[in-house]
Amino acid sequence: MSKEFLENRLGINRRHFLGKLSVGLGSAALGSLLIPGLFDGKGDDALAMAGIPHFAPKAKRIIYLFQNGAPSQLESFDYKPMLNKMHGQDLPASVRMGQRLTGMTSGQKNFPLVGSYFKFAQHGQSGAWISELFPHMAKIADELCFIKSMHTEAINHDPALTFMQTGAQQGNRPSMGAWLSYGLGSENKNLPAYCVLLSRGRGNGQGVYSKLWTNGFLDSVHQGVQFSSGEEPVLYLNNPSGTDRESRRRMLDKLSELNSIGHDAFGDPEITTRIQQYEMAYRMQTAVPELADISKEPDHIIKMYGPECLVPGSYAANCLLARKLSESGVRFVQLYHQGWDQHGNLTGEMPLQAQDADRASAALVLDLKQRGLLDETLVIWGGEFGRTNYCQGDLSDKNYGRDHHPRAYTIWMAGGGVKKGMTYGETDEFGYNVVKDPVHVNDFHATVLHLMGLDHEKLTFKHLGRRYRLTDVAGKVVKPLIA
Amino acid sequence: MASFFKRGWIFLVIAVLIVATFVIFWRKPQPAGTRLPETVSYNFHIRPIISDRCFKCHGPDANQRKAELRLDTEEGLYKALKEDSDGRVIIPGDPEHSELFLRIASSDTSMLMPPPSSNLALSDFEIQLIKKWINQGAKYEKHWAFNAPQPVNVPEADNDWARNEIDHFVLAKMDEAGLRPNDEADKARMLKRVSFDLTGLPPDLETQEQFLKDESPQAYEKLVDKLLASRHYGEKMAIHWLDVARYADSHGYQDDGYRTMWPWRDWVIHAFNQNYPYDSFLTWQLAGDLLDNPTKEMLLATGFNRNHKITQEGGVIDEEYRIEYVTDRTNTFGKAFLGLTFECAKCHDHKYDPISQKDYFRTFAFFNQLNEKGLQGDITLASLADPPRIWISNEEVKSILTFINKKDKDAVPVMIMKDSSVVRPTHVLIRGAYDAPGDKVTPNVPQAIYPYDTIQYGQNRLGLAKWLLSRDHPLTSRVFVNRLWQEFFGRGIVKTSGDFGMQGELPTHPELLDWLALDFMNNGWDVKRLVKQIVMSSTYRQSAEMTKNKMAVDPENIYLWHGPRMRLPSELVKDHVLASSGLLVKEIGGPSVKPYQPKGIWESSTSGRGVLAYYVQDHEDKLYRRGMYNFIKRTVPPPVMLLFDASNRDQCEVKRMRTNTPLQALVMMNDPMVLEASRVLAERLSLEKSSSEEKIEKAFRLILCRVPGEKEKQIFTKHFGEEKELFAKDEKKAHAFIQQGEYKHEAVENTVELASLMQVIHTMYNMDEAITK
Repeated sequence: MSKEFLENRLGINRRHFLGKLSVGLGSAALGSLLIPGLFDGKGDDALAMAGIPHFAPKAKRIIYLFQNGAPSQLESFDYKPMLNKMHGQDLPASVRMGQRLTGMTSGQKNFPLVGSYFKFAQHGQSGAWISELFPHMAKIADELCFIKSMHTEAINHDPALTFMQTGAQQGNRPSMGAWLSYGLGSENKNLPAYCVLLSRGRGNGQGVYSKLWTNGFLDSVHQGVQFSSGEEPVLYLNNPSGTDRESRRRMLDKLSELNSIGHDAFGDPEITTRIQQYEMAYRMQTAVPELADISKEPDHIIKMYGPECLVPGSYAANCLLARKLSESGVRFVQLYHQGWDQHGNLTGEMPLQAQDADRASAALVLDLKQRGLLDETLVIWGGEFGRTNYCQGDLSDKNYGRDHHPRAYTIWMAGGGVKKGMTYGETDEFGYNVVKDPVHVNDFHATVLHLMGLDHEKLTFKHLGRRYRLTDVAGKVVKPLIA
Repeated sequence: MASFFKRGWIFLVIAVLIVATFVIFWRKPQPAGTRLPETVSYNFHIRPIISDRCFKCHGPDANQRKAELRLDTEEGLYKALKEDSDGRVIIPGDPEHSELFLRIASSDTSMLMPPPSSNLALSDFEIQLIKKWINQGAKYEKHWAFNAPQPVNVPEADNDWARNEIDHFVLAKMDEAGLRPNDEADKARMLKRVSFDLTGLPPDLETQEQFLKDESPQAYEKLVDKLLASRHYGEKMAIHWLDVARYADSHGYQDDGYRTMWPWRDWVIHAFNQNYPYDSFLTWQLAGDLLDNPTKEMLLATGFNRNHKITQEGGVIDEEYRIEYVTDRTNTFGKAFLGLTFECAKCHDHKYDPISQKDYFRTFAFFNQLNEKGLQGDITLASLADPPRIWISNEEVKSILTFINKKDKDAVPVMIMKDSSVVRPTHVLIRGAYDAPGDKVTPNVPQAIYPYDTIQYGQNRLGLAKWLLSRDHPLTSRVFVNRLWQEFFGRGIVKTSGDFGMQGELPTHPELLDWLALDFMNNGWDVKRLVKQIVMSSTYRQSAEMTKNKMAVDPENIYLWHGPRMRLPSELVKDHVLASSGLLVKEIGGPSVKPYQPKGIWESSTSGRGVLAYYVQDHEDKLYRRGMYNFIKRTVPPPVMLLFDASNRDQCEVKRMRTNTPLQALVMMNDPMVLEASRVLAERLSLEKSSSEEKIEKAFRLILCRVPGEKEKQIFTKHFGEEKELFAKDEKKAHAFIQQGEYKHEAVENTVELASLMQVIHTMYNMDEAITK
């Protein structure tokens, strides 16, 4: 029986018996945002019926460190000495094969190849090639699983980002986190299943938008909830001035009494739900600030993530907060770090971006590992496409830019059931085309769902006559990546 | 809680209950129970099954069709088998020799259909249904929604409950299910319901008093007429249409610059207030530019088709995005007017409905004739309205376009439709890709829905409008009537108001839907008349009480045995809070406003480019405008709107979800708008010479729109007393609490009493009933 079928029924059912059992459910959380027990993967009858998870999950939670704007694979993980050798020479037509270009470089007369300005070296027993911009990642090379053969269909940011997050370039489809919230629910009844954290880097930025964490046609409880490490971690969480915990408690008690009168008169199960949701909100007011408060983290943790982790809203702070959310059972934590769009001044901007992202990303992996959580937490690092092997704009000895390149890019994953110290897929010696083991965005989604115990062909939702999937009509699980 | 769920036996009992309810109510217009129906109908019983499980491989999509077998046509159902010309797919009356039945009932998994790998297995009940249908002669029926609505006899109603035809149909259905209607709602609640439904605003105290006092039989009708004549009626009606038309104040896509489509929004409000017949309303929006000597207002109306998103991302491929815009218009046309999922046929033939990919691009051809660009200019060169566009001057606003609320002196540009003088050829796009043109096509529509006579109608959007409005068109009137019904009852007669196709749900009251659709057309597509019919019905006027025994039979209220009781839509939550506290500025239309919003929401997600990179909050009157005027930046819509299930205006949306979440509770408890309204109302009441009990009662009547019960009075009196005692102990707190919002403070001497009253009022706003119609 499909999950969708079950949830449809529960929609009726939940209200039903809650209507009857309105007393004594003070701690019950309602709505899939917070369904306790029902969707926690702990072997209820309901789950057996639903067949979810479809098989034993390798990972329970995901932290997706999205690098927004598309970091260059050629200055990070896809080492191409040929480009240095042929520096300044034109991209051979035999390599480009007439592939389309963005409007930003389609007018260029020539396409001079450009080699990485930054040095590469091999690291760890796996011998992974990593550039000097990412020294902390280099130290954990043997924990990482690089996919160098990612490719996508979109060539511009908006559709590519949307594709990466929702499986479709256009349209208002649910994002990956919403699908997981729908499929697996939350592990923590005081927190939403899907949290989103934003940060801005120091390089050329591209915006992000709430569409990227939309619930699409799924119930809006599956919408990503934006968190921040600032003063108000969740919108509208803080009590107004002149009130406190006690006055709020008094208000809630009165509300509960008043709403019960309404329930007695009308019997509307929504009223009971409303009472429960106010209690849930009240609990979130305690649980969330405690969680978002990183000032109480011990020194050695602060040192791992770097001093910026004390600056609210920084990428490092978000990485630390992501660990805390994930540790508390949030199913999907999505970070967006902006500023990776180096059309020009790459040698100026990319070191700044890397400096912000490198240490904290590596620290997160290590931190999860030392807590014994890495095995059940999948960490993903990467952007929406790659960058061209040829120069955009002026090429000088010291600087250059790179345009968008959907045909090949690199991401890495760690923990959560993927192989360690592995490199999968390969590009040609120009870093332009994938020549071995291509991984399409749909394949990536299928694999991520698989790691979470979900069959991407079975996790469906019927909307306006059609059963939709995150992977639409394609996608193959990349089995060799799985430990 | 968790341990409760883990007690298997309880769950089992519940599961059985749910399965029973589910079988009864899922899709079925009649309670079938686990019994097979007397007569099995293809449309009502069989097609829903085979469409869902079989059409994917044996349906309209020629490219996916397996074994040359097609089950969506009459011919296909009875034809000879490809591999065995003696065999038949179905032999009426003989399931045991019908290949279809043998396959679905097979115990051999290599023979079984649907194949186990498809995850689309049929239940025993469904197999038995199909068997019985074949036994009864396997009669095929054309999909109900593609037959023109037929005149129906209004059923007799044997009691005096029925007020108009709607009630006759509803009562007849209720009889079949053994249900009886609820009593009429009490007057105060009726007043609140109809006021919100017709104007989106609560009844003020004067209206409450008048209506409760008026015991004449015409009291309710007088009220309805007054509300229908209110200028706020147009605002309320427009909200839904703005979702359909994906209206927003920014271009969408990543840089997401400012656009000025708000004069078009003002026109929508005007059109509803003037009660433009739906045929004109539709024609002007779809093809106002193609009418003879179109007025400026007609041109403005065509802005409907330019509300889609437009990219400003430097470097995009122009044609790719131009195709996106035409796609959006085509899909919107399909959903808004036909209630069909056209979008499914862009890349391949539709899997369920008779819309081939070629049909899709034929329809696409109507919308493909603009002189427009995919990228007019990136954000640095952004325009408020890309061509084609019109400019609206102040002179025009003074003379002909008086409904536009324009204050500044510069002319404002609005995007409109205007076909190029040269016909742009349209091609089928292979797999929907902009750079893969296939066969050339000319403008037309999916013929299976309703034939399009190109000579009679011509090959432009005006013809398309005429086609839609043809008297025999099976969908236009039904789709609109159904959506209007949905806005009042929370659920359409066809629940899937955006999908009248094979995969959509069947109408719960098919005869009523047809009767309404025909009546609507016969009376000149008169929208106000239809609205009045609905709100005057006894069906609508029932109490919302959900008694246990009726809930056990019909928890979803499919039979309409109780009146609607639903949380207000997002915009109306704001309207109610502002109106009841006296803060609402009742100005209509004009540029959208930027009210209070948590800090940093736009800033944390912007690319930093364009005038909308930073949120600059408005002040004074603009803080107190109706919710529908909140500025919608598409990439970051107002968070409260999203939390309360409003559309994000990304695409045409015909139905909002209705959720009940803790984040909504946080908004009601902590949103400065709600706190400020509580403060201002408390101040106003404090200045009145009345007892605290009287103040509380007055606030209650403003917010809950009725007189409080004794128990409620006691709770609030106690609440007020407790707060007063505690605030008195710590006056600083009282002082801090009343510092809410920018609205000017009244000089109220007793801060403790003010803060206590404000708390009590704030509690009222947080009651479930406060934001429920």
